[in-house]
Order: sequence, then C-alpha cells, then structure tokens
Amino acid sequence: MPLAFYVGVRFYPTADALLMSLTDWNIVGERRFVGLANYRRLATDPGFWTVMGNTVQYLAVGVSVSLVLAFLVAYHLDRIRFGHALLRALYFVPHITTAVAMAWVWRWLYQPVPVGVFNDLLVTLGLPQQPFLRSTEQALYAVLAPAIWAGLGFQIVIFLAGLKAIPEEYYEAAAIDGAGGWRLLAGITLPLLRPTIVFLVVVSSIAFLRIFDYVYSMTGGQGGPLDSTKPLVLKIYETAFGHFQMGYAATQTVVLFLILLVISLVQIRLLQSR
Amino acid sequence: MTHPTRPGRILAWALLFLGGVLMVMPFVYMLVTSFKHNVEVYELSLLPRAPTLDNYRRLAGASGFPRWFLNSFVIATGTTLSVLFFDSLAGYTLAKFRFRGRLLVFGAILSTLMIPTEMLVLPWYVLSRRLGWLDTYWGIMFPGMMTGFGTFLMKQFFEGVPDELIEAGRVDGVGEFQIWWRIALPLVTPALAALAIFTFLGNWTAFLWPLIVTTDRSLYTLPVGLASFSSEFQTEWEMVMTGASVATLPTLLVFIALQRYIIRGVMLAGLKG
Repeated sequence: MPLAFYVGVRFYPTADALLMSLTDWNIVGERRFVGLANYRRLATDPGFWTVMGNTVQYLAVGVSVSLVLAFLVAYHLDRIRFGHALLRALYFVPHITTAVAMAWVWRWLYQPVPVGVFNDLLVTLGLPQQPFLRSTEQALYAVLAPAIWAGLGFQIVIFLAGLKAIPEEYYEAAAIDGAGGWRLLAGITLPLLRPTIVFLVVVSSIAFLRIFDYVYSMTGGQGGPLDSTKPLVLKIYETAFGHFQMGYAATQTVVLFLILLVISLVQIRLLQSR
Repeated sequence: MTHPTRPGRILAWALLFLGGVLMVMPFVYMLVTSFKHNVEVYELSLLPRAPTLDNYRRLAGASGFPRWFLNSFVIATGTTLSVLFFDSLAGYTLAKFRFRGRLLVFGAILSTLMIPTEMLVLPWYVLSRRLGWLDTYWGIMFPGMMTGFGTFLMKQFFEGVPDELIEAGRVDGVGEFQIWWRIALPLVTPALAALAIFTFLGNWTAFLWPLIVTTDRSLYTLPVGLASFSSEFQTEWEMVMTGASVATLPTLLVFIALQRYIIRGVMLAGLKG
C-alpha cells in the first residue's frame, strides 16, 4: 500500500512530467510529441529570462540577508539566559503562520498614507513616501521582506542548535591562550558551525528558489508591476493553468528540478570534503 | 563562553528584545485592527477606542469563510492522521524487518524528498482531472497522504526500540500488527507528536496545490479563500485583517501550547539534515 502510493503519487508523476516536457499539449486535445522544441523555446523566451533574473535576485539577496540576520540574533541569543525562551519564541512565531494571511498584513503596511504604517512613519520622520509594491524597482524587495521575516525564526533555531553543539572546552582553552571576542568567532565558532551553515544555505536557497505564496498573494497573482516580481514558480503556474500549455510548463518544472538537484549535489560534496 | 561586560550584555538584551518585538508587530497590528470599527482603522493606534466583535460577526455571516475554515480543518486533520498511520507503519517496517530490497525501497523513498512539488502538480492535476478528483476533499488531500520526511523520521526513531521487546511480543503470540500498535508505537510518541504538529501546520498553510485543484469557492481552503478576498472586501482593511487573524490564530495557539515540542522538533530535523 505505501509502495503503491510512492509509485502512483511520486514516481509515476515524475516520469510523466519529464515526458510531458517533450510534448505540445493544451490538456484537452492530444499530446503531440515535439522532442526538445520546448527547451529550445525556453532558451529564447525573454519572459523566461526575466523570471530567472528575478528568481536569482530573490535567492541571492534572500539567502545572504536572512542568514546574516539570523546568525547575529542567534549568536547573541545563545549567551543570554534571562528570558531566552521568550525571545526565541518572539523570533520564531512568524515562521509558523499562513503566508497568504501575512501577505495581506504586509500589503496593508505598504499602503500609501493614511492607510500604511511604513509610509506613515516615513512622513512623520519628514521623509518622502515610497511606492513599495507599486514600483518596478522596489516591489521585488517589498515582497522579499516578509519572506525573509517568515523564515528567520527557523534559521535562528537551527543556528542555536549548532552553537549549543560546540563544546564549552574549546572556548575555555582558547581563552586561556588569550584569544578574545573576534578571534574566537573567526577561529572557533564559524569553522565549527560549517555543517550548520551549509545546511541552512541549502535549505534557504531551495526555499527562495521556490518562492510563490508571498508573490502570488501580494501582487494579486500577477507578479507585477510589469513582471518585476514574477518568480519561476509563478511563471510555471501561469503557463500551465492560465494558458494551459502543459508541455511548456512541464519543461520549466524540469529546469527547476535540475537546479534543485545541482544544489543538493553541491551540499553533499561540501559536507563530505571536511 | 566569553563574558562581556555588564552594560554590553544589557545592551545586547535590549536590542534583541526590541528586534523580537518588531518581529511580532505585524501580528499585533493585525489583531488590533480586527477589533476596530471602520472609522478607526486609519488611526493606527495600538488600542481600539471601542473594541468590537462586529468584524468577526460579519465574517461569519457574509462570505464563504466558515466553510473555508471547516475545509481547512477537515483536510489538515485527515491528512495528519493518514501521515501518522502510514509513515509510522512504513518506518517501522523499514526499521525492524529484514527483507530483500529493503535498502532499495528506503533509498527510493528518500529520493522523493528531492522532487519538488512544483514538478508534480502538473501530473497530479492531469490525474485528478481524468479521475474526477478536481474540487473534492480527496483531490486536495491525496498528494500529502504519506511523506518521505515522515517515513524517514519514524524509521530513525523505531530503530531505537529494542528488538527484545518485539521478540517478547512474538513469543507471547501477539500478532505483528498488534506488536506495532501496542508495543512499538507507544515508545515513539515524541516523534509522532512532532510529526503530527508539522504535518498539520504544513497542510493548514498549504497554498499552491489547493489553489490549483479547486475552482469551486465552497471547496477553497483558508489560504486560497483569503487570496481571493480582495474581490469581496475591496479596501475594507479591518475585514481583511479579521480574515487574516482567523487564519493565523489556530497556528498561533498550537504554537503557544506546544512551543517546546515544536522548537525541539525543528532542531531535531535540522541536526538530522
């Protein structure tokens, strides 16, 4: 029974997606085999490259900003006993919420005066209002912010687990040798956290590569303005369920799969070569 | 561990606390606004002048909201029960029985963790369409009835159950299923609890697949319903915030009640990965 499930719901669909990517199919008619035509089309589709550019931006900015923030918080939180659990809970709460609901809240915060809190704050400080989600330059970051916010708690908890696993004696020995704050951080903490960091980089890369919920719900399903926030998964969704080009959409999912595969392989390599 | 000076420590604590408060501010604003009358919404004060439950009453009466809540609850609960049953059964079998191809089966299950949902949704949709599963509970639920992660987690935990206990059960003539149910399962309840929490939360917040498989408004889950909210309550932000609150409160309550298990579970999953 479990075996039937895995074959029916995981392996067969995987094979089907691969086959589908070689066809031209609008879901109602016949599947027409077209070989690699979809892949060639993808390579010359400017829309696809825009989307890949956006996705890379989500990935690069999202991973770097969130990991630095999470490490800063975890590093200091690790030394605090008083109110440790409370502080940790405050940072973790956003992680367990419904993205669509939080997207509404952030959309609201971004509104112009008199509705939005952020612009209200800017005006109070005597600064000009910002368009946020309405500008092609700011929208991507405005969507990325809540995604980082929601993932931070998870990363902090993982960093805390990694920091706790470092034996106290290492620090004591180094302190006897006269090593101070920064040298402890660079010489002991960071090198020993390597597996944790690799794990988090991989997990967060995968999460930002697959960003969808926040973009869909903050831009009304459009990825706008002018496609400036549209990531790969939204493009797949549109191609399949907006235009019903199932074959072409399957091709895009195969590209996503290959990228994820490469990331996982790099992770295995990095963890082995220690 | 280094011991920074006292003022340094207090400063670090204060900054961390401030950051933590900022992290939960969106929730605070959301909840506060859900208790405000429309005229007050733009005042951005943290205390409603005249707290009201009107928004909640309107939400319960006007839209498909109660139905979406019910749908989400039924689907998340059903999926969680199924995952607990099948993942622990499969995990137990892989941990405690030596049969041919065991490693192959385990490897195959692990490999499914690498396949992104986004790639599977197209074939799932095609399948559901052919079998008439679109716009049904079953259609929303079937892809998540078992998970590779859960099977892996349960296998790891069942390996810690001593073989002697299982052998003793066999000597006493207890059936294999009963051994699993009565003897092995009670010993791994912490793992079951963690798996239950994560599966429930994951399904409660799931968006992409329910969005694809439902077109009938009465079968929407909460997230899908919320995403379609704009058409119904254009710019009535207090209503939108009330909807968001109702979608978020259950997960918030689960977190407050089971905080220790959740955080330990995350750490566990992180260390294993």
